[in-house]
Amino acid sequence: MTHLSRLMRHRLAWPLVTLLLLLALNTAFNASFLHIEWRDGHLYGSLIDILNRAAPLVLVSLGMTLVIATRGIDISVGAVVAIAAATAAWMIGGAVSGDASRYPLPVAILAALGIALVCGLWNGLLVARIGMQPIIATLILMVAGRGIAQLIANGQIITIYYKPYFFLGSGSLLGLPFSLFVVAGVFALLYLAITRTALGLFIQAVGINPTAARVAGVQSRRLVVGAYAFCGLCAGIAGLLISSNVKSADGNNAGQLLELDAILAVTLGGTALTGGRFSLVGSVIGALIIQTLTYAIYSLGVPPEINLVVKAVVVFLVMLLQSPEFRATVRSLALRPASGELRP
Amino acid sequence: MSTLIDSTPSRQPLPASAKARKRLNPKYLPLTATISLFVLMATLGSVAYDGFFSAQVFLNLLIDNAFLIVVAVGMTFVILAGGIDLSVGSVIALTTMVSASLVEKHGWSPAVVIPLVLVMGTAFGAFMGLLIERFRLQPFIVTLAGMFLARGLCYLISIDSISITHAFYAEVSQMRIPVWGDASLSISAVIAIGVVLVAVFVAHCTPFGRAVYALGGSEHSAVLMGLPVRRTLIGVYTLSGFCSALAGVIFTFYMLSGYGLHAVGLELDAIAAVVIGGTLLTGGVGYVAGTLFGVLMLGIIQTLISFDGSLSSWWTRIVVGALLFVFCLLQRFFNARTRAR
Repeated sequence: MTHLSRLMRHRLAWPLVTLLLLLALNTAFNASFLHIEWRDGHLYGSLIDILNRAAPLVLVSLGMTLVIATRGIDISVGAVVAIAAATAAWMIGGAVSGDASRYPLPVAILAALGIALVCGLWNGLLVARIGMQPIIATLILMVAGRGIAQLIANGQIITIYYKPYFFLGSGSLLGLPFSLFVVAGVFALLYLAITRTALGLFIQAVGINPTAARVAGVQSRRLVVGAYAFCGLCAGIAGLLISSNVKSADGNNAGQLLELDAILAVTLGGTALTGGRFSLVGSVIGALIIQTLTYAIYSLGVPPEINLVVKAVVVFLVMLLQSPEFRATVRSLALRPASGELRP
Repeated sequence: MSTLIDSTPSRQPLPASAKARKRLNPKYLPLTATISLFVLMATLGSVAYDGFFSAQVFLNLLIDNAFLIVVAVGMTFVILAGGIDLSVGSVIALTTMVSASLVEKHGWSPAVVIPLVLVMGTAFGAFMGLLIERFRLQPFIVTLAGMFLARGLCYLISIDSISITHAFYAEVSQMRIPVWGDASLSISAVIAIGVVLVAVFVAHCTPFGRAVYALGGSEHSAVLMGLPVRRTLIGVYTLSGFCSALAGVIFTFYMLSGYGLHAVGLELDAIAAVVIGGTLLTGGVGYVAGTLFGVLMLGIIQTLISFDGSLSSWWTRIVVGALLFVFCLLQRFFNARTRAR
């Protein structure tokens, strides 16, 4: 019992329990849910599907975690996804032949990532140098970004026919979707940087008390700019994955509401929006929870329209569970009969 | 801390007029900047394009943006109190959907439906306000969930657009009130103007308005002053919910349909209008009148782009983004100057 309660006090316990419950729910309604089979040199199965579809969200959530840890928020990631996708699609060009590209593929990818990085830097500079509120600084790019994406795509949905580009979002390596390797690579690099260097400590310090961190000699401005730049880069990679997966770039709808899902994933993972302590693993779990929930809603035959309502209810519940005031209220409600007996 | 507020009798806020007069100038600067930029753009448009300088073009700004004005007024109060409301666009969609469904599919009378949807929106806002106040949740996340919820409810009613053919709605949307000459206003525009006037009164001449400013300036000080912080906090979200529902009714007149994808991203326009109107996002500083000009500014950008004809529609978003940037820079600049004194 004490072991269990100590385990439950771990910060990743609740997110993990939620994820396991969702997986169990899926398994209960669909016995073949956990089944993974090897076919034509690929692994097939619902779990693989969920992982593959969650890849862009996981990437964006990782970037968002760092930003939120520094007491910020980045609501422009959806727009950055659209910009990166439009850039890549434009550089590759709409030639129908399938093996011709306007610019070489690496150039196109680098250009898209470069633009995404610049977007992130812009956000970071607005927040750290000019001192704007994060939500407003990124609101600017969120509003203008979709316009820029449409400007790049000339107001059209660019369809991509260049086959090598499809490998990013739908190719597979060693039997697993290639996007998983991209996510794993980014996660591993970030995780090492956070745990093996003082970076994680610095970020937490800035999030907990920016002034104290600066006094203690942490270069908080550079750190904040770096966090936003990294978030932009993650959004750029996500944009590449998404556009490669759906084989087109839509300036208006690519990455729609992605910022909200990412913030939700980070919150679900146990990182508080007030900054400070953060958990990369938690954010990954949070993103997987969202994708599993979506999968469950679709596979249970529930009309997909309810998806938003369910998501809303989940957000409300998670928020309430994270609120100390709510827990105190519930505790006092639960304990009232017992304490009432003792009172004269 | 919140229990403390209830037990202390509410006192009048400290007279701030003496202090306000001293820095009258920097206080009104953002508002002046907004209005002068609006006048500048109107002048530029009048010089550059034939037929731009007419009363109807300017009245059309009010007619086409009536719902945005109403939403932005509600948003102004929320932002003045230091919060944010992301659910406004989806509450509009829900209002159009419920109105369309009840009037068209169930044959209810608009005289019942309109008050009903107004109560619904108000209750929705109050519910979010209650969560934010009672459990100390972040407004951003609560209203985000509210946004998901309201949109989801729209799709539960129907995935498709429901068009409204009821005579009352058609009549109201067609009705024009002559102002002078050929120029005229729609009922919605008149409602929007009424909302702005009432909001200016509420913000500057009522205890609630003063409490909103105090709360946005510093919640801690507001508590210490004995202001009804809890009531005010719930009140601003309730007000915003009501404004969204009213805007939804206006939007129903404007579109004559109910649809779950109506007013997507409207919350951004509303926030942009409030910021361009000179309200500080940190709360406590700003004017409802500024918001009106913020909305008109968004409207005139669209009008200019449509008059030009050669510019594509997406330039609107880019220009609005650029304007937001400029105004945020200005705010920082003014802030730094007032603090330096």
